[in-house]
Amino acid sequence: MTVYLPIAELSVNIFIILGMGAAVGFLSGMFGVGGGFLITPLLIFYNIPPVVAVATGANQVVASSISGAITHFRRGTIDIKLGTVLLCGGLAGATVGLWIFSLLRRIGQLDLVISLAYVLLLGTVGSLMLWESINALRRAAKNETVTLKRPGHHNWVHRLPLKMRFKKSKIYLSVIPIAALGFCIGILTSVMGVGGGFIMVPAMIYLLRIPTNVVVGTSLFQIIFVSAYTVIVQASANYTVDIVLAFVLMIAGVIGAQYGVRVGQRLRGEQLRALLALLVLAVGIRLAIELVIPPKEIYSVVSAGLGF
Amino acid sequence: MRIFSHVLFAALLLAAPLAAQAEPIDFSEKLDIGISTDEISITSDFRGADLTIFGAIDGFNANLLAQGKYNIVVALEGPKENTTVRKKERIFGIWINTNSMTFELVPESYSLSSTRDIDTIAPPGDMNNMGIGVAHMPLTPIGFVGDGSNLTEFRDAFRRLRESSGVYQRDPGGVQFISSSLFKASVRLPADVPNGVHVVRAYLFREGLFVAAKALPLRVVKTGLEQAITTAAHQQPFLYGLVAVLLAVITGWLASIVFRRD
Repeated sequence: MTVYLPIAELSVNIFIILGMGAAVGFLSGMFGVGGGFLITPLLIFYNIPPVVAVATGANQVVASSISGAITHFRRGTIDIKLGTVLLCGGLAGATVGLWIFSLLRRIGQLDLVISLAYVLLLGTVGSLMLWESINALRRAAKNETVTLKRPGHHNWVHRLPLKMRFKKSKIYLSVIPIAALGFCIGILTSVMGVGGGFIMVPAMIYLLRIPTNVVVGTSLFQIIFVSAYTVIVQASANYTVDIVLAFVLMIAGVIGAQYGVRVGQRLRGEQLRALLALLVLAVGIRLAIELVIPPKEIYSVVSAGLGF
Repeated sequence: MRIFSHVLFAALLLAAPLAAQAEPIDFSEKLDIGISTDEISITSDFRGADLTIFGAIDGFNANLLAQGKYNIVVALEGPKENTTVRKKERIFGIWINTNSMTFELVPESYSLSSTRDIDTIAPPGDMNNMGIGVAHMPLTPIGFVGDGSNLTEFRDAFRRLRESSGVYQRDPGGVQFISSSLFKASVRLPADVPNGVHVVRAYLFREGLFVAAKALPLRVVKTGLEQAITTAAHQQPFLYGLVAVLLAVITGWLASIVFRRD
């Protein structure tokens, strides 16, 4: 059964899209990630134009982050004040990112930059995660106790000015690094269609030393608003949000996520992280191959009206 | 999927009045064409169809007609847009768009039908002047094109890509005489026919010389849910984005209720 995607302007098999959404939803439930960094490359592999894949990916991120954020809100593990500072940086970053996006599109290098950014990001994050999880598995095999490194109470981040007290997180921290982190993630959201949780969470824990219990909820809080903002601006400026594609993806995604969570609870943390790392690397390598092999057609035609 | 066939019948204007038109004075022939409607609506599962146009030559020379000296070319031109052709090259091992050329206002779709191969109807120079046929369509680059040495390369790539994707088509036997001076022409509407005002153009040639031309507008309107979405996305983009976000919020929120575990 085919369904026509009005914005991507092509017909796709609805079961492939459902399967994609369910698979990514399953993985995001299992690993506790948003899944934007998987859905966008998968859509590109399935010949969805990258501009549409990015904007629609951001829409899917809104749906998958909402249910997580609601759960955290009920448990009271969201630091709204901290989230708001992150969000201010995030909105500014998303605005800059959208400007970069439009500029790249105009000069015809958008597809290339999206692919390169994914290769770089997935390659780095995947390698780091794989390294960390293999070490953890080794230690576990030797029956060593696994301790999270939290060396020293202060680093350069804590010497910055403009400090603010965040009661819920029980920290006293400068707003500069928080807003800066939000800003970088905002750029990633609008250029790559990712929520950015898989970068934001480790950065908040290791760099800003924010207590782990509020980190995930607070990052989800920021992701929802920055992604929603990106979707609205992408729709307004570039007409690239495909609501049909997004809807099919999010329905399959939220259902897949429920099963993913159950499977995830049965696996051990470091095993999970090693699996996720392999998956991230595989997607990155696949994208890298695409850039290197000679294309079938070296010319492309773009009309002013559509443009990608 | 259903295949729609739009056969549009003509009002045959046999005794057309000799309206004052910008036509060469030396020829007595007039050309008339007709389609039953100036607007067609296409559903979103449209897979392409043939459009039939009827026409008549008025004031013809019976002798020449009998000898087959009259030729007719009918083209369906889609809406025009500035169109960019980009070329990839390998740089540091990866394939990057390096050169590009933008052509001014070229049709988004083009379907040509004629009594025979257009290159045997009139000299290529004349076809170039009138811009009839994919090979003769004017492709004028915009902006700086250097010494123009790569102009041919980009034009050829443009024509090849548009023909291979099926939006540019030709049928050198698509116009047939059904009686002495009446003819019917079938032009193809491609599956991804663009929305907007198309123009049906008919040209009459006598012994290799251009005699008369006629043009009729044809509005192509896509209908259905998908089209409504496209229209909304382009005409109410902010509202559309808001709805997209709302849809995501509701989906996520419902999921958290339905699958609530605590």
